[in-house]
Amino acid sequence: MVEWLDPLILARWQFGLTTLYHFLFVPLTIGMVILVAMFQTAWVRTGKLKYLHLTRLFGKIFLINFAMGVVTGIVQEFQFGMNWSDYSRFVGDVFGAPLAMEGLLAFFLEASMIGLWIFGWDKLPQKLHLAVIWLLAVSTTLSAYFILAANAFMQNPVGFEINEELGRAELTDIGAVLTNPVALAQFPHTIFASIMFAAVVVVAVAAYHLSKGQYLDEMRTALRFGLIVNIVAFIGVALTGDQLSLIMVQTQPMKMAAAEALYQTTAGASFSIFTWGTPDGSSELFSIRIPYMLSFLSTHDFGGTVEGINDLQAQYQTEFGPGDYTPIIWITYWSFRWMIGLGALAALVSVVGLWLTRGGRTPTRPWVWKLAIWSAALPLVASLVGWIFTEMGRQPWIVFGLMRTEDGVSPGVSGLEVLISLIAFTLIYGALAVVEFKLIVRAAVEGPNEWAKYDAEHDGDGTADVDPTKLATVY
Amino acid sequence: MDLAILWFGIVGFFFIGYFVLDGFDFGVGMALPFLGKDDTDKRVMINTIGPVWDLNETWLIVAGASLFAAFPYWYATLFDGFYLALLLILLALIARGVSFEYRRLGRSKQWKTWFDWMIVVGSAVPALLWGVAFANIIQGVAIDASGTYTGTLFDLLNPYGILGGLTTLMLFFTHGVQFLALKTDGDLRVRARALAVRSGLITIVVAAAFLVWTVLQHLDIAHLPVLVGLAAAAAVALIGSWVANRAGAEKAAFGLMAATIALAVASILAALYPNVMPSTTDPAFSLTIENASSSDYTLQVMTWVAVVMMPLVLAYQGITYWVFRRRITRESIPVAAH
Repeated sequence: MVEWLDPLILARWQFGLTTLYHFLFVPLTIGMVILVAMFQTAWVRTGKLKYLHLTRLFGKIFLINFAMGVVTGIVQEFQFGMNWSDYSRFVGDVFGAPLAMEGLLAFFLEASMIGLWIFGWDKLPQKLHLAVIWLLAVSTTLSAYFILAANAFMQNPVGFEINEELGRAELTDIGAVLTNPVALAQFPHTIFASIMFAAVVVVAVAAYHLSKGQYLDEMRTALRFGLIVNIVAFIGVALTGDQLSLIMVQTQPMKMAAAEALYQTTAGASFSIFTWGTPDGSSELFSIRIPYMLSFLSTHDFGGTVEGINDLQAQYQTEFGPGDYTPIIWITYWSFRWMIGLGALAALVSVVGLWLTRGGRTPTRPWVWKLAIWSAALPLVASLVGWIFTEMGRQPWIVFGLMRTEDGVSPGVSGLEVLISLIAFTLIYGALAVVEFKLIVRAAVEGPNEWAKYDAEHDGDGTADVDPTKLATVY
Repeated sequence: MDLAILWFGIVGFFFIGYFVLDGFDFGVGMALPFLGKDDTDKRVMINTIGPVWDLNETWLIVAGASLFAAFPYWYATLFDGFYLALLLILLALIARGVSFEYRRLGRSKQWKTWFDWMIVVGSAVPALLWGVAFANIIQGVAIDASGTYTGTLFDLLNPYGILGGLTTLMLFFTHGVQFLALKTDGDLRVRARALAVRSGLITIVVAAAFLVWTVLQHLDIAHLPVLVGLAAAAAVALIGSWVANRAGAEKAAFGLMAATIALAVASILAALYPNVMPSTTDPAFSLTIENASSSDYTLQVMTWVAVVMMPLVLAYQGITYWVFRRRITRESIPVAAH
């Protein structure tokens, strides 16, 4: 068969692309529902119309995005069985449980609350409607926890034993699976990163309207709010990222070595910001380094020992037999750096933004607004690159130490079938991404323009009684 | 208690829930060209399922995940084997899923037309293919010793499979139209009832043929009386639904159709038991409840989760339906800006 019709390569590309694509929409869903809930809470408590305007505007953006998150998520659940059926047979006993819990505890709640929130403005008492969006926020966060617990099992399998007769992993301790240290660190890290993205989207929208000199009261509030939330969330991302690094060194030392392109086991290892190596990846030609920093990140001890790729490769050959246990170094190395760099840059931009808008100042120079708008992509790209890092860094394993990726692919699916699905997903996802982006930009640019429906004298600080029937949403 | 058998029932329950609920969503979507005389009519129809369609579709996610957790070998063989059919279903669900929200956000009639067709096709394709898939599961397909399906998409389109597909297509269509009769008012309500009379007749013919054929294919099973009982009950409920609709008893018609779908799915699960994916290559290669299930510990954990969560889930889903219990009328649709 022609080489490029290899079902394994195509299935890997497809899983990578569909997962990254799904994760274009997940962060905004997780982050924005929390921010919208906060705006709505402010409205219910203060009665100030600007908070209602912000709730409705960012709620609209949230909903446009939410639809894409849902439909791309169904593909993910089905894909384990469709393209990775041998993996499903091997780990289903363990891996299936958190997925089923995600459905029963989180998705059912999320799907009920979304309908109640969209259509309940005129049917539910104000405080109940507010509770609905908070329950929605709980459900999206809860769903993130379960899927990250499932992913954590792939990184660091716990709570299982191997049934030799059936040739599968079997669950022995659900508590261990749900409290996997990798899950406990991955979860807040992902949530904080999602909040960062939602916050910078709020900042971008606010920046646009401030640059046009409109909706000043709402947008100034939104801008400062978004900037502060982004910075606080970044601190969360950084602290949990540090925790995750420590755990990664213990549970997946090869991933940390690959992240660093550290070939030799080193005590007092330096952290390289930038390294240029020989084409075969075995030694470096030029490097900018921070002394002792890698050891500190890995062990919280400047003199700590960090295992190198070569030693780990030798160790794994003894443990698992002949083979290549090294991920693709340039991918792990650069994705790790871009993730950290872009995330930090996003926070830095917000610090600059806070400074420029301190004490009631409103910047007038166009470059400020352009920066605010264009830098909104940074946390999202950082998240995507972070996923590339953690999944590519786990290779060649699909479940670390237990099953190789190449052994998990579906035996009954031909390369042609995978090519068909890969092309189909690429086309429909591509078309819908364009549509979704256009709709979000349009909503952002239109701004909170519904106010005429329910606030005749748009004075911005009024606490007019809003007739709920005027808030009704109709499809 | 054999937990594997219990979970056969629970997975079956989730699929029954999915077909009873998302079934009428499919029907409403398919009925857009038949009952939606203008944009306002179409909007009325879409708004009857607007608050609940996502909730209904989520039963599929839970059914699939429960399948994965409780019967990983069944999940693997089914999803690997029926790859292209599932791909088509996924593409349809993606198209339908965004259309409800995006349809009204455009600035041209062309935009709406596109999304309307995505709703229609996105509803019709799963309505057809789920029936094809389940019919083939109970009929048996070519599964080898390693649990791998060795056939193609076209092998699934055999007469029994196609009849199964037409059965679900018609059941969901009529179910959706009867839902519209229950949830709309005025001219649309009257036309929906009339359409359900006609589509109901076709449904009865197709469904009866499918149920009879199913029984005839399984005359040798030990629990034949159970299968015949369920199939007969499904047929009676279907006829009862048609009669109720004709008499204008909309609630009863809808309820009996929901019962029909539940009983029809239950009867095919009865035909399937104790297998989960019979093999036509060699009965020794068949996947059964016992050889396809997870370990006892996993089933125990899952049982606790299901038992604790389901009453709560059913309660808040019931509340959601109750909040949106009123009929949707043309008056409740604001005049579009363009």
